[in-house]
Amino acid sequence: MNDKVEEILKAYPEAHRDALIPILQEIQQSEGYLSREAITRVGDYLKLPASKIYGVATFYNQFRFQPIGRFHIMVCRGTACHVKGSAKVLETLKRELKIEPGQTTRDGLFSLEVVACLGACGQAPVIAVNGEFLAKVEPDKIRNILQFYRRKVMDNAK
Amino acid sequence: MVTIEINNRQVKAQNGEYILNVLKREGIRVPTLCHLPDLFPSGACRLCVVEVEGVPGLVPSCAFPVSEGMKIKTHSPRAIRARKTIVELLCANHPDDCLYCVRNGNCELQRLAEELGVRERRYSGAKNEYKIDTSSPSIVRDPSKCILCGKCVRVCEEIQGVSAIDFIGRGSRAYIGTAFDEGLNISSCINCGQCITVCPTGALREQSNLKEVVDALNNPQKIVIVQHAPSISVTLGEEFQLKPGTDVIGIMNAALRRLGFDRVFDTAFSADLTIMEEAAELVHRLKNGGPLPMMTSCSPGWIKFVEEFYPDFIGNLSTCRSPQQMLGAVIKSYYAEKQQIDAAHIFNVAIMPCTAKKFEAERPELSRNGRPDIDAVLTTRELARLIRMRGLDLRELEPEGADTPFGERSSAGKLFGVSGGVMEAAIRTAHYYLTGSELPLVKVQELRGLSGIKEMHLQIGDYKLGVAAVSGLANARKLLEQIKNGRKDLHFIEVMTCPGGCIAGGGQPFTTNQEILKARMKALYEIDRDALVRTAHGNRYIQRLYQEYLGEPLSATSHELLHTHYFERKVLK
Ligand code: SF4
Ligand code: SF4
Ligand code: FES
Repeated sequence: MNDKVEEILKAYPEAHRDALIPILQEIQQSEGYLSREAITRVGDYLKLPASKIYGVATFYNQFRFQPIGRFHIMVCRGTACHVKGSAKVLETLKRELKIEPGQTTRDGLFSLEVVACLGACGQAPVIAVNGEFLAKVEPDKIRNILQFYRRKVMDNAK
Repeated sequence: MVTIEINNRQVKAQNGEYILNVLKREGIRVPTLCHLPDLFPSGACRLCVVEVEGVPGLVPSCAFPVSEGMKIKTHSPRAIRARKTIVELLCANHPDDCLYCVRNGNCELQRLAEELGVRERRYSGAKNEYKIDTSSPSIVRDPSKCILCGKCVRVCEEIQGVSAIDFIGRGSRAYIGTAFDEGLNISSCINCGQCITVCPTGALREQSNLKEVVDALNNPQKIVIVQHAPSISVTLGEEFQLKPGTDVIGIMNAALRRLGFDRVFDTAFSADLTIMEEAAELVHRLKNGGPLPMMTSCSPGWIKFVEEFYPDFIGNLSTCRSPQQMLGAVIKSYYAEKQQIDAAHIFNVAIMPCTAKKFEAERPELSRNGRPDIDAVLTTRELARLIRMRGLDLRELEPEGADTPFGERSSAGKLFGVSGGVMEAAIRTAHYYLTGSELPLVKVQELRGLSGIKEMHLQIGDYKLGVAAVSGLANARKLLEQIKNGRKDLHFIEVMTCPGGCIAGGGQPFTTNQEILKARMKALYEIDRDALVRTAHGNRYIQRLYQEYLGEPLSATSHELLHTHYFERKVLK
């Protein structure tokens, strides 16, 4: 079993149901996502069925169940970005990558996340790739942006 | 006691009881969708709303306690309008395919729409679209028909102690699903079908095997043999508007012949056989130091439950196969030989009150030479569908007997249909094995009734035995935890998965009405009361089967055909 998960659980001796959310948050922080193994282990630990934990975790947008991709894309859906058309940006990303927010592409390259506000409202609409901000994103440029990262990987492989 | 006023009439009620209870007693029906008798109210659907004078807004009657002087209006224009709106909204994103739905004609949503006079589409919403989960051999889940009443989730958790399913996601995107959205077949689901029996719509249904059965009936190469479980004869009638508790055994035999089955046998015969083996096994364990307590093994939901959640208790399970599997095995060996038919041509059909029996029939360890002993399982509801499909009018059929030799049963076997019945039947025969004489009073009152845990201590010969009968696996969990924690006074435990036993199985005609369950139970006990042969060992045809083929209980042949072993099972739980 994963040592880091055990480490986290150790900090919650005799924990009950109400410790579930903080435990899941810590695991996600440390692992980047909630694996099946982690969820099953937490279930054993808190005596909660896996279906219940999965149900609770899917209730909140913050949890993901797949490891993040090599390029983790955060789409800002704050007010300013919304006014400048971030919905279209998100739509295009979903279509191009064929995934929903919270998921990772099959090749493991990209993952998608929606965030409330990245705090760069002047540059709206904004996305961030591995923490790097891209400003004033236009939906029809998205294909090129994704291509750029794909090429980066291919070049590295050479 | 308090006095309240319902629709301008004075009524007495217990202080603090829920309004809905009082209404039921008074014969006033307000519709409910999320209410489950005996469980804590969830107040989710708001369909049961009524007006209470002095309280702003409508209140859910299922979760609102009465108090002195309360004035209630159950069918005020405001309450009716609110209910109608809820149903209209539910219909707005419900798939419009009633004509193709298994619940067409007995769907609660349909009935409510009719009762409330929904005749036009006032709202239109995006139709729900989810993948249908057909991965389980027992249960089909179609979340697009789900109205999120939550009853399946609560039954699975609170009655069965399984929690295979839960609410997943949030808000308008919420649905009922399994951990990690996996198929039900790899979840902890034990296939009991209790979720189906509470579902108001077609979102949950049994995996149907009607097609295989009809194909076999149409195939001249096949000898199609049917067996019906002990409880079927006292529940099938409800599907044809007969009074609950009517025993239709003779008519059912006649109907099965009309449907084209070549032989009609009674699973109660092999229930007798199970008792012969199980009582012998109990005596053996008592004399040879265990493992005790021995636990019954005829309920396949329970077996899977132990394999998943309590593998340490696998050794406590009786090694006896269930009556369904025993009869299947005996038909394809002894009977085939005797009748000189090639077992490969036999198609064994079992009519069961149970969806988990479908799973059991597919267990690889219960097949011989790569052939399953049972080829298809139909629930009571599926049999009723088949009868309707063929246009048979039950009222016009003359009763007929089942075929010999496996149509002959004692009434002990018949008791397998109720919680406590297997234990009672086993005690009758164990008494005979241990003392050489019959129980002075065959009736064992302590083990009867709908209560979820029944226990008693009794003296048989030199042995002082503690026995228990539990039903509903949340109750079984309680007992297993006690035993884990050192409880030692029990020697034999009967466990039935469904609350009340097979009469309340997941494949039975839809009802959650306790009165109907009581009528079914009473019918079985009356059959026993009036029977000439009331013990398994008194069944002449059982005696003959041992003389001609099996030798004696627990013989080598018995072991090969009638016993099995179980294994720890890893699932998502
Ligand atoms: S069949 Fe039984 S165990 Fe499976 S989901 Fe339904 S209620 Fe739960
Ligand atoms: S599947 Fe049926 S019982 Fe379960 S929540 Fe949906 S409608 Fe209710
Ligand atoms: S039955 Fe009362 S809220 Fe659903």
